[in-house]
Amino acid sequence: MHKTYQQIEQIAGNVIVVRADGIGYRELAQVTSEHGTSLAQVIRLEGERVYLQVFAGGRGIMTDAQVRFLGHPMEIPFSDALLGRIFTGSGQPRDRGPVISENETPIGGPSVNPAKRIIPRNMVRTGIPMIDVFNTLVESQKLPIFSVAGEPYNPLLARIALQAEVDVIILGGMGLKHDDYLYFRDILEEKGALTRSVMFVHTAADPTVECLMVPDISLAVAEQFALQNKRVLVLLTDMTNFADAMKEIAITMEQIPSNRGYPGDLYSQLASRYEKAVDFDTAGSITILAVTSMPGDDVTHPVPDNTGYITEGQFYLRNGRIEPFGSLSRLKQLVNDKTRADHRTIMNSMIQLYASYRETLEKQAMGFRMSAWDQKLLKYGVRFEREMMDLTVNIPLEKALDLGWQILADCFDPAETGIPSKMTDQYWPKG
Amino acid sequence: MTTTHLGKIRGINGNLLRVEFSSPVAQNEVAYAHSGELRLKAEVIRIRGNIAEAQVFEDTGDLRVGDAVEFTGELLSVELGPGLLSSIYDGLQNPLPELAAESGFFLQRGKYLPALDRKKTWAFTPKVKVGDTVQAGDALGAVPEGIFEHRIMTPFRLRGKLTVQEIAPGGAYTVEQEVAKLKDEQGRLHTVSLMQRWPVKMPIKAYVERLRPTEPLTTKVRIVDTFFPVARGGTYCIPGPFGAGKTVLQQITSRYADVDIVIIAACGERAGEVVETLREFPHLEDPRTGRSLMERTLIICNTSSMPVAAREASVYTGVTLAEYYRQMGLNVLLLADSTSRWAQALREMSGRLEEIPGEEAFPAYLESVIAAFYERGGVVKLRDGSIGSVTIGGTVSPAGGNFEEPVTQSTLKVVGAFHGLSRERSDARRFPAIQPLDSWSKYGGVVPDEQVSFARAMLRRGGEVNQMMKVVGEEGTSIDDFVVYLKAEFLDAVYLQQDAYHEVDAATPAERQQYVFERIHGVLRAPLRFAEKDAARQFFQRLTQLVKDWNRVPQDSPEFKNLETRATQMLAEVTAHA
Repeated sequence: MHKTYQQIEQIAGNVIVVRADGIGYRELAQVTSEHGTSLAQVIRLEGERVYLQVFAGGRGIMTDAQVRFLGHPMEIPFSDALLGRIFTGSGQPRDRGPVISENETPIGGPSVNPAKRIIPRNMVRTGIPMIDVFNTLVESQKLPIFSVAGEPYNPLLARIALQAEVDVIILGGMGLKHDDYLYFRDILEEKGALTRSVMFVHTAADPTVECLMVPDISLAVAEQFALQNKRVLVLLTDMTNFADAMKEIAITMEQIPSNRGYPGDLYSQLASRYEKAVDFDTAGSITILAVTSMPGDDVTHPVPDNTGYITEGQFYLRNGRIEPFGSLSRLKQLVNDKTRADHRTIMNSMIQLYASYRETLEKQAMGFRMSAWDQKLLKYGVRFEREMMDLTVNIPLEKALDLGWQILADCFDPAETGIPSKMTDQYWPKG
Repeated sequence: MTTTHLGKIRGINGNLLRVEFSSPVAQNEVAYAHSGELRLKAEVIRIRGNIAEAQVFEDTGDLRVGDAVEFTGELLSVELGPGLLSSIYDGLQNPLPELAAESGFFLQRGKYLPALDRKKTWAFTPKVKVGDTVQAGDALGAVPEGIFEHRIMTPFRLRGKLTVQEIAPGGAYTVEQEVAKLKDEQGRLHTVSLMQRWPVKMPIKAYVERLRPTEPLTTKVRIVDTFFPVARGGTYCIPGPFGAGKTVLQQITSRYADVDIVIIAACGERAGEVVETLREFPHLEDPRTGRSLMERTLIICNTSSMPVAAREASVYTGVTLAEYYRQMGLNVLLLADSTSRWAQALREMSGRLEEIPGEEAFPAYLESVIAAFYERGGVVKLRDGSIGSVTIGGTVSPAGGNFEEPVTQSTLKVVGAFHGLSRERSDARRFPAIQPLDSWSKYGGVVPDEQVSFARAMLRRGGEVNQMMKVVGEEGTSIDDFVVYLKAEFLDAVYLQQDAYHEVDAATPAERQQYVFERIHGVLRAPLRFAEKDAARQFFQRLTQLVKDWNRVPQDSPEFKNLETRATQMLAEVTAHA
């Protein structure tokens, strides 16, 4: 059944062309040449000419390499045996474990019928006050972490993964530094979370094409777990590398670039991945947290820009802290009225006061005289940054709300906070 | 029925097929690519020699060179008839709840269902007799559909004068059953059922004339109705960077807008937002009728992860359905979110066709396509003298929030109102984040022009003073200028900003806007004297708080009068008497 072809007509970048017939679009093939074997996928059919994207890259492929078509598109095995395992971007074991080959599921499957989605309603607790209190993460939300190189976004991701109350964690690494990959592996293992995790890791040294597969594989597996009533958290890092890999392939395929070299379908490509986040009507859910590094800290760069239009908010990670301004969880309104009666009050007043603190800081820098009110704000701002914003703070939501009241009470009189007296009567710490 | 022809796939690139054909093929006709049991819908978009290029509305995985393609001879069309309202369709008019019932959680490839329920019967009442002469668009009868009388019209595709040969008596009919026979001038007979089909890319033109849009369409959003009004039959656009509140603004409009029917075309945006609408609307009450909001709503939903080619179709499906209800003398509002995603779908296709790209790789015909779409909005006088309208509101999602990009610019040329959302305003939590100095509207609003232009001048001057203060500080600003600044901030805080989540403040009816704005205008005009800036600031802080509370109480409550009296007194205390 599986036909083998040996006449390669063209090799350009990672794309090779062979003459063959009866080949399905998106079908997989195995390319074997002296320098090794790699999977490849059909990305274009033109008469008898079949364009194949070689996962391991075009380097070393000989014109007489054997191309054997497998008769099916890219699939990923699925079973509970995946838990605790680490794979490459093409689904090969990276951890010296056995190859799993049961229950093959196609990747990049159809999208969820909007009529089968429900309005998200559960909070994901992370123990990070800047998230839990101020920008609550919601089950089934898709949220990027906008950051720049050098910021601790991977440790942040790992912490959320370890503390979030979810059933399965799936980590998709794209263009990860090898150190970062080992960091994730070790920390998950150390904290005993590896047994409920599956990792698909493409490191910076691996072939570009494999990078493209990582989100699809990760999300296909996540979907299967979610259909089994599991709450799944998918962590993707770094989506900018994924977009860059797409750019690389598009340029090789001589596609007309639209914006800074990225292909015109960047939005659709990113959206079809992020939209896999879902809360199923009668099954589990998928929550996606994805790092998007912003080249040059520029939020108008095509990758963060398109991402922002797709996702339900964003966290800005800057100077090692989650920035309260600009960060936004669009879904927080759906859950933060059900946590504790004072949640929204604390959320709004503390941020407003922190904004005033920032203004005071500016005034101070310009050499204006500090009034008594300014002094209070300065005291407040320092405590807010140290006790709430610092990423090492690790307390549950209720403790964080109590701490919020304590900080307010230590710095201000109730009337100065602008909080309705009904709330301060109830919650203002006595004594 | 046109006979079908077969062709063969010669090439596949993404969702673009190159198909070799031998018998005649029409540009934009619908074709189906066969892959085993699957039939995938496609549209012919270019023909070269004996190769037709077709965009498939689905994923093309597993299609092969040599697979058969069936040409239907029909253009991409929608079904028009009773039962459209309260439906949820995808971009090609497949009913999503029915698809979910058949195939479960996921949208299955190649699964198409009829848009209108074939089994449901409708109570038909004839409106014409045998021997009457009718023309395309004339009512032959009517069926009740929810709160509306749904006109069963002479099919729009028929030309010239037609004579009624047969008309069914009143009774229950399904959408496919024949209710009339018409004879045209050439003596050909046409049968008519409750349902007809119409190609989405052609405007329905069965009306006497187009009128100028003059009557305001109240959205109950103060900044829109008072400052940047929309007219019934007009067009407007809402460009804005992400997170500026485009979708929230449209959701509010879809709830409160004073129209008969709202069609929401969710085009390439988040599925979650559509879910909110489709899960919440059935439980919300339409303030005009007391019935569920869903009864006047139709949702077309082609979210960002659904196939790109169908995204382009979805806005046309939406506007065609809008035109259909307009033909019944109804006022329809079409909300398209977001037209940029549709433009991007054009760009993707243009790229695959290897056309010479224009600016930012958008095709050169982008502008004319956008113009033609917005031109389908309008007020029309129908043959029976009634008036119907289609109002189109489209959001635009410019890359990087920069309005200088091609989609925003092409849209601005053809719309009647521009509601530009700004990042600064949304960061400052000033909602709706419509930038009051840059936005414009060519339509007349609900509040006297003279008051509005005074307020607008005040906003402008207030903004200038604010800029100046950043340089010279509060100390260097004269008290008169400072009061101007405070007045502008006051207007912004109590009138331009509105709390979308508050039951009263979220929707301000036109009469209330007139009443409230007249008083606010009074504050802006009043010559106020303050001994020092702090006193002025405190006065406006208190007044702002008071008027905000005022916005939050119903107009017919005693509290409303109470607060108004208090505000008047406060103002009298500081007004300078010459």
